[in-house]
Amino acid sequence: MSPSSQALRSEVTKFTWPPQGVTRAPYQLFTDPEIYKLEQERIFRGKTWNFLCLDIEIKNAGDYRTTTVGETPIIVTRDRDGSVHAMVNRCAHKGALVCLKKKDNVPSLTCVYHAWNYELDGKLKGVAFRNGLRGHGGMPDDFDPTQHRLQPLRVESFCGMIFGTFSDEVEDVETYLGPEMASFIKRNLGRPLRVLGTHSQMIHNNWKLYAENLRDSYHATLLHTFYTTFKVNRLDMDGGITLSERKWHHLSYARRAKIDEAAEYAEAKVHSANYESALDGPGLLEAWEEFDDGITHSIQTVFPNMCVQFTLNSLAIRFFAPRGVDQTELFWIYLGYERDTEEQAKMRVMQSNLTGAAGLVSLEDGCINEFVQRGTRADPGQASFMEMGGRQVESERNSRATETAVRGFWYGYRNIMGF
Amino acid sequence: MHNILEKPAKSMDAPAHDLAAELVAAYAHALDDMQMDAWPEFFTADALYHVTTRENHEAGLPIGIVRCLGRGMMTDRVKAFHSANIFEPHVYNHVIGRPAFSDTQSPGVLSVRSNFQIVRTMESGRMDLFAVGKYLDEVVLDEGRARFQKRVVVLDSRYVDILIVIPL
Repeated sequence: MSPSSQALRSEVTKFTWPPQGVTRAPYQLFTDPEIYKLEQERIFRGKTWNFLCLDIEIKNAGDYRTTTVGETPIIVTRDRDGSVHAMVNRCAHKGALVCLKKKDNVPSLTCVYHAWNYELDGKLKGVAFRNGLRGHGGMPDDFDPTQHRLQPLRVESFCGMIFGTFSDEVEDVETYLGPEMASFIKRNLGRPLRVLGTHSQMIHNNWKLYAENLRDSYHATLLHTFYTTFKVNRLDMDGGITLSERKWHHLSYARRAKIDEAAEYAEAKVHSANYESALDGPGLLEAWEEFDDGITHSIQTVFPNMCVQFTLNSLAIRFFAPRGVDQTELFWIYLGYERDTEEQAKMRVMQSNLTGAAGLVSLEDGCINEFVQRGTRADPGQASFMEMGGRQVESERNSRATETAVRGFWYGYRNIMGF
Repeated sequence: MHNILEKPAKSMDAPAHDLAAELVAAYAHALDDMQMDAWPEFFTADALYHVTTRENHEAGLPIGIVRCLGRGMMTDRVKAFHSANIFEPHVYNHVIGRPAFSDTQSPGVLSVRSNFQIVRTMESGRMDLFAVGKYLDEVVLDEGRARFQKRVVVLDSRYVDILIVIPL
């Protein structure tokens, strides 16, 4: 054990990772407020790149968009010269939120409390009554506006997504992603985008349960039986898992293949396929082959809390923001390309029924992580068991019946948390 | 095509208001009573049922939370509810405000707006104010009964608590 993790153990009472390593995740990780606090510091304010918003959401000079990095409120702005800034949404005077709307267009940022006014880059521009009124009051003579500003974040844009970090040390976004992850993001997002719709879902679980869930290819066809039923996606389809070099991020993909009835399903007596094979509304699954690589489904996570989904032609960014130790807001940003024909856009719109808060395929994820939260909260000392596909933390090119990417998440998590 | 109103639109107005108000109420009661199989029957065969948020609606964005085009897609949702989707059992209770009516460009189509609140009660007994918003409906006479040819459900909130599996 390293000296730094020794020090941590005094901060986080009674926390030890089981000797089996990343094949176990102690339940305390999902309920302990001290660990949650430490995550804010080590992960969200640490050496990570956090998804902030899309470039196209702040197209024009003066546009702003608010979001959160961990629990820290953030403003992202587009300046007059086209550059993007991100800063903590907290007035340098008394700490009030400066921007209240999700989006707006403003000439400058003004705190409503005492009218402190900031440039679009967060520099303090004006302080109300700085020189007092009629010779009385005002700031002291040595008041220096350059010493007070909205706390900035480093920002970088990659494939239409704006990322922010509090770290001065973390490498650029593309290096952070690694070559394999970066190239698949370019495949999916590397052309002009348009937003087709957004909503969010409040899920009653720790954010890491959703991070696990996204990386858990084992559950996909077992819990989500709509697809199995319609023979769109089965474990016996050609597919696999790629982990990034540091295991933080992952890509799970499937290729469409002719489905044979899989004996494993019958033997396992899984809840599946007890449904007519044809949809009454087949328009739901009208799709076209968008890429030459044959990949029809992919889920790609970027540590800590976002993912890019490409389900048939349904392209979306999911961003899951911690809202307390046992609550997470899951945002769905549905996308198309500028170049889409009307027909293609319509197909994306219909396929949006597959995912989201009422997604025919994935709505179970809204409750399943809460079931884990409720099942585990009384026993922080116990741990989950994750040895599907072995105990290693490596890419698996031939099967998705594995928990390797979940182990990868914990590998990265232990690393950054010092656990 | 809903070739429904052979009488002049004007003489249809008064009964149509009552029929439409009854449709709005019957729809809510059917869902509150968990009569899922009856749900698609409240719509014409080629109806649009769309659940979205105020934010998407005002921005004119096509993707919301649910979009069914035609009764077939609604039937699929009902089948998925019965045999594919997993969720913690719960029931709804709709409280609906007085509908407001307006004529549309198309004869025989009545436009109806009503506000709603839905309280969701979970198996555990927990009750939550689950959804608040407005129904924007287009009601027609179809096979001798009032039906929705369009029902847009606009939620005030950007977020859904947990999930939606029972239609709103």
